[in-house]
Amino acid sequence: MNGDAAIVAKDLTRSFGRFVACDHISFDVRPGEVFGFLGANGAGKTTAIRMLTGLLKPSGGQATVAGFDVYTQSDSIKRHIGYMSQRFSLYEDLTVAENIRLYGGIYDLADAAIRDRTASMLSRLGFEHAAHEFVRAIPLGWRQKLAFSVALLHEPRIVFLDEPTSGVDPVTRRQFWEMIYETAAAGTTVFVTTHYMDEAEYCDRISIMVAGRIGAIGAPHDLKRQCGVNSIDEVFVRLVRPAATQPGSEA
Amino acid sequence: MTDAVVVDGVTKRFGATAALADVSFAIHPSELFGFIGPDGAGKTTLFRILTTLIAPDAGSARVLDLDVIRDLWALRQRIGYMAGRFSLYPDLSVEENLSFFASVFGTTIGAERERIAPIYSQLEPFRDRRAGALSGGMKQKLALCCALVHRPDILFLDEPTTGVDAVSRREFWDLLAGLQRAGLTAVVSTPYMDEADRCDRVALIQHGRLLAVDAPAAIARSFDRPLLAARSERRHDLLRALREYPHTATAYPFGESIHVTDRRGDIAVAAQQAELRAYFASSGFADATVEPIAPTVEDVFMARMNAGAAAETTT
Repeated sequence: MNGDAAIVAKDLTRSFGRFVACDHISFDVRPGEVFGFLGANGAGKTTAIRMLTGLLKPSGGQATVAGFDVYTQSDSIKRHIGYMSQRFSLYEDLTVAENIRLYGGIYDLADAAIRDRTASMLSRLGFEHAAHEFVRAIPLGWRQKLAFSVALLHEPRIVFLDEPTSGVDPVTRRQFWEMIYETAAAGTTVFVTTHYMDEAEYCDRISIMVAGRIGAIGAPHDLKRQCGVNSIDEVFVRLVRPAATQPGSEA
Repeated sequence: MTDAVVVDGVTKRFGATAALADVSFAIHPSELFGFIGPDGAGKTTLFRILTTLIAPDAGSARVLDLDVIRDLWALRQRIGYMAGRFSLYPDLSVEENLSFFASVFGTTIGAERERIAPIYSQLEPFRDRRAGALSGGMKQKLALCCALVHRPDILFLDEPTTGVDAVSRREFWDLLAGLQRAGLTAVVSTPYMDEADRCDRVALIQHGRLLAVDAPAAIARSFDRPLLAARSERRHDLLRALREYPHTATAYPFGESIHVTDRRGDIAVAAQQAELRAYFASSGFADATVEPIAPTVEDVFMARMNAGAAAETTT
């Protein structure tokens, strides 16, 4: 199983001075899985994601992403993953088409491939009419769907979505999750963070980080049963409550 | 007693976009009032008008019986405002930030200690830490302290819980409930629909218009047709099956169930439930269940959003 896993982390650790942001975390993510990565603010999620996306060297432990080693093959990792976040993903001062062109160029796609994929992406999203609009002029919900599609432009094996639906209206938020399901069904692994606890229920499996460690991992249904509660919100509160009263570092 | 906030026909445009379109409402004294809506709905524009930072193009707004344009200097002394973005000084310590905001309003932390104690006590162990190095939940508490330090009569909190984890969010609402018990009027905006239940009354806002203003329970009750919750281990397949079912009006995932409404207005819930059961059985969903369920504020929000979108396309 491990040989085929999309992500394998074993005792992955990162310290900043005396502060251990990620403390021996171990987990696997399967190909085509929708994996929810939850945790309190300051619990170490961002540090873990930065290590898994090849942006930060671990202090200890091992991890492979799409089969590549986080210590020695971070450039290969970057080429084989997609990434989008709520805070930043598209350039607002470029048009929709210019953004796609830019990302296609960054990922070394041929001009013909960029043209083909731009056309098919805009038609799939129903955005043909918006190709030459500035990104800042299009509604947030559209922007997030577009950003997700752009993150998939180079057909990565894994896509990391960091709070992709934050502030998005409830209808568009659900449409976004349908895109996630379609992406996973097509074989791309989806690694997603969210503060919406109902969205945690949409994942195949979730992990909940508490103070630098993985406090729980499993299918939402199993975690609820183990805790004897009815919602992931309650699972989350039970795990996080002792840690939540301590202010962490924003590392 | 006069209302704490009275807004009448307020409109604000930015270029071609109407950020607020003819908005009217009133907030009662000592009320915990929520504006619930997504990014871009007009929440921040409204808060900036109510806190005298920008002027409306049309309509009037009074806060504490003071006009937001004519009486702006008097009003500014009496309101507390926590902006949507973290707007404290990241390079100053917790204590330095608080002292600064106190001094701007001619007071000191010492003089206000009692009032801010419930919140400041949680921050005090970290008073020498740089504000920029606090966790999300603690930054929020510091910002709330800074907004309270001059004893405002009304608080405006613009998305204080956005991007904050579920536990810290809960604790923040507990703090607000405590302030309200002490008599403060608080106006809060949030994109999280489930936070509506923490407010006395809420306004649902989308595209610069208010979709509803009422107590959260009353808004939930206003859902105008039967709502059923369907479940199956194969949730996504079930959702697709529901979309193909000819009588489905809407089918939306809600946590581990799918909320379904029927397009036939006159069908009884029991009949609708029986028909869906038969449909699931004949489509190979042996494990599927379907039960009537009480609508939530989020169900109402989506129904009114869709009604608004439908009205726009037909006119």
